[in-house]
Amino acid sequence: MFGLEKKDLNLLIIVALLTMLAPFILNPFPTDSALAQFNAGYPDLMQRFVIYGIFAIGFNILFGLTGYLSFGHAAFLGVGSYSAVWMFKLLSMNVLPALVLSVIIAGAFSWLIGFISLRRTGIYFSILTLAFAQMSFALAYSVLTPITNGETGLQITLDDPRILGMSATADGSIPVTNIFGLEMRAATDLVIGPWSFTFSVGYYLCALVMLVAFYLSIRIFRSPFGMMLRAIKSNQTRMNYTGLNPKPYTLAAFVISGMYAGLAGGLLACMDPLAGAERMQWTASGEVVLMTILGGAGTLIGPVLGAGMIKYFENIFSKINEATLHSWFDVLPDPMENGLVWVLEHFVGAGWHLTLGVIFMLVVTFLPGGLVEGGQRIGRLFNRTKAAKDDESAATKPAE
Amino acid sequence: MSKNNLTRRGVLKSGAGIGAGVALPTIFTASSAGAFTNEPTGNTVTLGFNVPQSGPYADEGADELRAYELAVEHLNGGGDGGMLNTFSSKVLDGTGILGKKVEYVTGDTQTKSDAARASAQSMIQKDGAIMITGGSSSGVAVAVQGLCQEAGVIFMAGLTHSNDTTGKDKKANGFRHFFNAYMSAAALAPVLKNLYGDDRKAYHLTADYTWGWTQQESIAAATEAMGWETVNNVLTPLAQTDFSSYIAPVLDSGADVLVLNHYGGNMVNSLTNAVQFGLRNKQVNGKNFEIVVPLFSRLMARGAGENIKGIVGSTNWHWSLQDEGSKAFVKSFGTKYGFPPSQAAHTCYVQTLLYADAVTRAKSFNPCDVVAALEGFEFDGMGNGPTLYRAEDHQCFKDVLVVKGKENPTSEFDLLEVVEVTPAAQVTYPADHPMFAGGNLGTCNPGA
Repeated sequence: MFGLEKKDLNLLIIVALLTMLAPFILNPFPTDSALAQFNAGYPDLMQRFVIYGIFAIGFNILFGLTGYLSFGHAAFLGVGSYSAVWMFKLLSMNVLPALVLSVIIAGAFSWLIGFISLRRTGIYFSILTLAFAQMSFALAYSVLTPITNGETGLQITLDDPRILGMSATADGSIPVTNIFGLEMRAATDLVIGPWSFTFSVGYYLCALVMLVAFYLSIRIFRSPFGMMLRAIKSNQTRMNYTGLNPKPYTLAAFVISGMYAGLAGGLLACMDPLAGAERMQWTASGEVVLMTILGGAGTLIGPVLGAGMIKYFENIFSKINEATLHSWFDVLPDPMENGLVWVLEHFVGAGWHLTLGVIFMLVVTFLPGGLVEGGQRIGRLFNRTKAAKDDESAATKPAE
Repeated sequence: MSKNNLTRRGVLKSGAGIGAGVALPTIFTASSAGAFTNEPTGNTVTLGFNVPQSGPYADEGADELRAYELAVEHLNGGGDGGMLNTFSSKVLDGTGILGKKVEYVTGDTQTKSDAARASAQSMIQKDGAIMITGGSSSGVAVAVQGLCQEAGVIFMAGLTHSNDTTGKDKKANGFRHFFNAYMSAAALAPVLKNLYGDDRKAYHLTADYTWGWTQQESIAAATEAMGWETVNNVLTPLAQTDFSSYIAPVLDSGADVLVLNHYGGNMVNSLTNAVQFGLRNKQVNGKNFEIVVPLFSRLMARGAGENIKGIVGSTNWHWSLQDEGSKAFVKSFGTKYGFPPSQAAHTCYVQTLLYADAVTRAKSFNPCDVVAALEGFEFDGMGNGPTLYRAEDHQCFKDVLVVKGKENPTSEFDLLEVVEVTPAAQVTYPADHPMFAGGNLGTCNPGA
């Protein structure tokens, strides 16, 4: 079905189930319990999971298949966001034109940068993309302030033209992003006993887009084109000798992954119509590299898992403060409680980077194939017979 | 052995199952929807404190958080009550807000609009916060204020000094107690004229975002009106930490005053660079070279150390003020934390009490009732003398302090001396002033 092998189809169905049931899966703890702190099933974070999932899936098409490590992908994410917000300002608050424009602009922009950067390989390519991304950041941050509104960030206002929509609603507020009238922030709550689950339109739109993106990525991975990209990764010189020119393939992969990034950026703006220059900063480019490697570069599902993991840490661990820690360890005697809190507070709140760093280090050291390899090892532990059947294509290889 | 044959029937069945599962919640919507976003139904109410815990404004953020915790303690009847005893409105009695115990959640804005909005979103969607407050950067405050307007919760701005917060980007659900760049300029200009004369040439270094822009515009307009000339204005990135390359051209420009439109860590670094370059010992155009920092705080003064001595600027509030409200606040803050509060702490503390008071007077948590209670509200006893929350733009109007770095500080906190208290009337401007034009409050949004 869908032109997929059974194994890939199963994977797609699993991902579809996970994304569709995410509001349940991510909210395992009752709302009033102490563990509710770890619930991640609220629309904003779920949207971030799938949006950054799209970003990482696209990045993986370039990095996982061709081995070209781009350090400038955040530039395309930012360009996508700015395009989408400009569509909201000029055309209408419907998300479709915004998404289309962000993909097109990001594609054109990545073609330009890719065309120049791909003249070099390896570290030189990485540095070139990093340089371009930082240039874009600097442009967005100060030089192009009339277009990007600089550090403050581009926002929609009451006096934007919105020629196909309306500048302001009847009660004088800014209209909200919608898809043919269905508002992105519309949500319904389902209360079952002590649990509460939120289903939002915005999340399900993002999830559907991500499923399509994921499906496309499977098709690319399994296509002759994908095979060619793998050939580039394994030995580009050999490819040259056999008379194949790798440049069009790498450029195509670069543009495709740039368009994925633009789509992610556009979706970010659709969920929250604001675009800031910091989305293009090198830290954001580094983040998607971390996501891909953490999840498992070159695997289909890895980047999505990595993206989810990093966003979870950023949004959940950074919210745990000293007071929360004290309430957890209330039962312990005071000196022990204070000691434990003193140690732990460096790993939560503003110190969430530290926790993430430790986990990243452990994963790279012990699971070079990322979280996917971890999953496979656990799977093998329970099902030895199945392990023998794992075919070549699904096996993870560390990024070269 | 796993053997899943995908059949048409199987797909249809599971598809229908998922469809029914997704459609199910619509049955429950009618019962669970509140009258407004995050209507508190239990015996507690949650406030969201969204402050920078990392980045150039982290010091201010940490002090803001202390003030919020103190405010919550006082609202819940703990401690010595602080400003509750001096506040002109007497409806708060230490039993929480409308009898509900106050709880809070915190978040890190990272001084980035994106991160700040994500953090605020999670407070609103996950933690059920009914009011968001904080911010130590106008860019962030403007972004979060926009979000709160959309989501239908109240935003009580913390430290934000840009004209835009209650000007071009004002929102019906957003309120600012802190003063703004225009007020700084209006208060500073006469003092600068007395100290440095009326024929100076000023060179501006400006943080490149909404606050820097509007402050530079305000200061340039006010100083030019009294005869100064603005030689140049150079925009510097917020993330900049070394300003040497920006300081060097100042000497060659013929300017004899350097205006640093920087705040927090930025200002500490740029002032230090300027002093290292020996600017303050220079004579230009036959006059002593002077440095002006229009927005000042004690935390910055401490960061800049020796370099701050004799530098003139303006501030919203200072702990050495001797009115009853300030004394009560400094006393309870000092008792709890062991040092006096900063102006950021003061404005955040006051904002929290003002919100609680407005809810209590309105007898409702509904954002629209709170907006109505705050608009045009006049109060006293909060440290700045009689204050008005103007209905047209949700900006507080009160006295502004002009301060100077002390030559002989007696302690590590006694770094600023108050030169002049500029009365509120002198810094008040019409709501349609050109520097604040282009915005529209819109209507209050109660959400859901």
